[in-house]
Amino acid sequence: MAMLRMQRVNVYALLKYCKDILEDLQRRGVVEIENVDIEDSVFYKDDTSAFQAQYNGIANTAKQAREILAKYAPQKKGLLDSFKGRKQLTRTEYNKLADDAPDILRAAYDILSYQKNIEQNEAEKIKYQQQLEMIRPWLALDVPMTFSGTATTKAFIGKFAPPKSSEQITTQLAEYLTGDEAFDIETVYSDNNQSCVFVLTSKKDSEAVGDALRRIGFEYPPYVSTVTPQMREKEINRHISNRDGRILENEKNIKALEKYYDKLAFLEDYYTMKSDRYKVFDDIATSNNTFVMTGYIPEPDAKKLKDYLETTYDAEVELEDAGDNAPVKLKNNRFTEPVEGVLASYSYPDHHEADPTSIMAIFYYLFFGMMFSDAGYGIVMALACGICLLKFKGMEPGLKRSMKMFFWCGVSTTFWGLMFGSFFGDAIPVISNTFFHTEPPAIPGLVVPLWLNPVSDPMKVLMVSFLLGIIHLFVGLGIMAYNQIRNKNYAAVIYDVVSWYLLVGGAILALLSTEMMGDIAGFTLPGIYLKIGGIMAAVGAVIIVLFSGRESSNPFIRLLKGVYGLYGATGYLSDILSYSRLLALGMATGIIAQVFNLVGTILGDSPFGVIVFILVFLIGHTVNIGINALGAYVHTNRLQFVEFFGKFYTGGGRGFNPFKINTKHYTVKEDK
Amino acid sequence: MSAFFQNSGLFFALLGAAFATLMAGIGSAIGVGKAGVAASGVLAEEPSLFGKVLIFQLLPATQGIYGLLVGILILSNVGLIGGAKEITVLQGLLYFAASLPIAFCGLYSAIYQSKCAVAGIGTVAKKPDQFGKAILMPAMVETYAILALLISMLAIIGIAGM
Repeated sequence: MAMLRMQRVNVYALLKYCKDILEDLQRRGVVEIENVDIEDSVFYKDDTSAFQAQYNGIANTAKQAREILAKYAPQKKGLLDSFKGRKQLTRTEYNKLADDAPDILRAAYDILSYQKNIEQNEAEKIKYQQQLEMIRPWLALDVPMTFSGTATTKAFIGKFAPPKSSEQITTQLAEYLTGDEAFDIETVYSDNNQSCVFVLTSKKDSEAVGDALRRIGFEYPPYVSTVTPQMREKEINRHISNRDGRILENEKNIKALEKYYDKLAFLEDYYTMKSDRYKVFDDIATSNNTFVMTGYIPEPDAKKLKDYLETTYDAEVELEDAGDNAPVKLKNNRFTEPVEGVLASYSYPDHHEADPTSIMAIFYYLFFGMMFSDAGYGIVMALACGICLLKFKGMEPGLKRSMKMFFWCGVSTTFWGLMFGSFFGDAIPVISNTFFHTEPPAIPGLVVPLWLNPVSDPMKVLMVSFLLGIIHLFVGLGIMAYNQIRNKNYAAVIYDVVSWYLLVGGAILALLSTEMMGDIAGFTLPGIYLKIGGIMAAVGAVIIVLFSGRESSNPFIRLLKGVYGLYGATGYLSDILSYSRLLALGMATGIIAQVFNLVGTILGDSPFGVIVFILVFLIGHTVNIGINALGAYVHTNRLQFVEFFGKFYTGGGRGFNPFKINTKHYTVKEDK
Repeated sequence: MSAFFQNSGLFFALLGAAFATLMAGIGSAIGVGKAGVAASGVLAEEPSLFGKVLIFQLLPATQGIYGLLVGILILSNVGLIGGAKEITVLQGLLYFAASLPIAFCGLYSAIYQSKCAVAGIGTVAKKPDQFGKAILMPAMVETYAILALLISMLAIIGIAGM
């Protein structure tokens, strides 16, 4: 339960070392750089946006080239690759690849230009294919489509859409002609949409015939070939196969660059890092020969960095107390640290309150386990997370944290499963009854519950759920007391914490000694507790009424606020009842598991029945794990965020976001 | 006629099981459907969010499962799964009454939860890092389905012990 102390670090150094220092800081990733707000006759801000844009552009080129490469030379991808995380490079490997950068970049540009060439040829191919489509109806025509006639004749080459037969054309033409004109109609092609015709007429009648043709819907074709259509078809096919050849050649060229696949990933990272470094120039101030930089650093890293910068670069490093605006970095042990992510998704604590991660972690695992509560599921979950953690050491920190969290949740789930006697529901009794026709062996935990079966005595589990809820809420109030004491606000502890302990605690004592609650809970406290509880609750209520409106100076308003404060007691009631989900979701997991086991045995004891059982078992329990793990996760978060944090947590801190290597594919490991 | 009524205990129990399953199931089907439409829309732009929006889509699915759960509990208690038992008219009616909380609360909470889930999908589409907070809003609605499930289950277990 701790937050790391932050220190402000100011670095003053010679400008010639600036790039090296930034590269070192980036690799160490321990400093969050803040904007230095000085601009005067000596210091100024370097505008590096042009460099940033250029490097981002190169990174983007590398990314595109890599995507293109992956398209033509598919890379194998494992199912679990996403767990592997970024590949680690040693310093020497990094330097070697960095020296290769110009060569890789050339390859990237080559790939892009090959791709462009392919796209161009594809576009031309499509154009030729369209021409081919258009010329196809005219293949039977044995003159060029531009043929206009001989010395004494005139030809009309065109189409009718919708189609007309030559008889139809003749009769329709007759309406517009005198009857003296000589013409000949030849249908070249006809289908449901159009008919292509070749009309020949004598020169002197050409005007009248042409006019009549237009009136009955004659159109010139959109595409006209200057040679005979058959020759044109051959030409086009030659063009297309040419383009195909060029496309193939370019694809081959791209495939030949396959060895650059990983190197392109490096290039993208390399230039992203470079661009990130130039971005820092927005925040530092430079003079002609020196530069100034300021930022935050966690205390444990501060001394080492100071020594390093001072000895290596002859820099002047100043460390001072960071104050309240510093970002927050949490430090927790291996058991509680995984829950930091959950806390961060709500809000980081600010500097006036304690980090609740460690206490939250205990309840988090406890509640998750109780809602999921099946030993089989817990073992599956813990094993899956454990194996992934062992196998993929280089996993990304965020993913690693979640895996660790679900590992512990799995352990807790196993514990509660054993307590409730649930192992894949009632898998062992069902299997032994159906397939072995014997009573199951009474294995403690897996068959016989270590504590009790929630279905046979739900009220007891419900009471335990409420009890855990009350403890959770009271611990939350306790953290509030701790925060107030830390801020030397002792009176508030009495007014805001002790008063509620008395009121809620007293009310519970009193309720438990009444007969009505006794019937529900299954036990009654001796009558004396009714009195004790009543007095406690009354004292608490009085404190709340008198003091919860204490910031108002007007006594009347203060009293009204106090009464309203007492109304908050209903909030406690609903908060405590909210923990009934521990029972409900726990029972839901167990009973659904039993339903799948029951469905599995539907065909009874036969070879086919065994197969059906195995199938139903695998699919059913996978579905149940998925849906109930989701439910347990969401509702554990809710109990923490709403019920628990609602009692004490304000948050509002800013997470520590150091200047570091922010890449996609590679990280660099320090040699020393 | 009176003999018919005396033997209709099983009918009412079955009605209860059917009611719990079908009402909560309808709610979940509507809810998952709505959330699914929104999730697919986001996937068109951001395929990498698949895992996150899928969880949102599944949130309103639980009510249907709660309904199924109550249905199965009733069926196994009245002997329709497993051995046959004598069910009086009163018991049958009690089972029917016990199915009501999850039937209605399941139906409505799934529909309203899906509205929250759709909004949450919108949040995650714009700010994927706000997943933790966005998923909590639909979970709030679910509380009431859980409370209804709890009462339905406690009632059925109680009736069986009578």
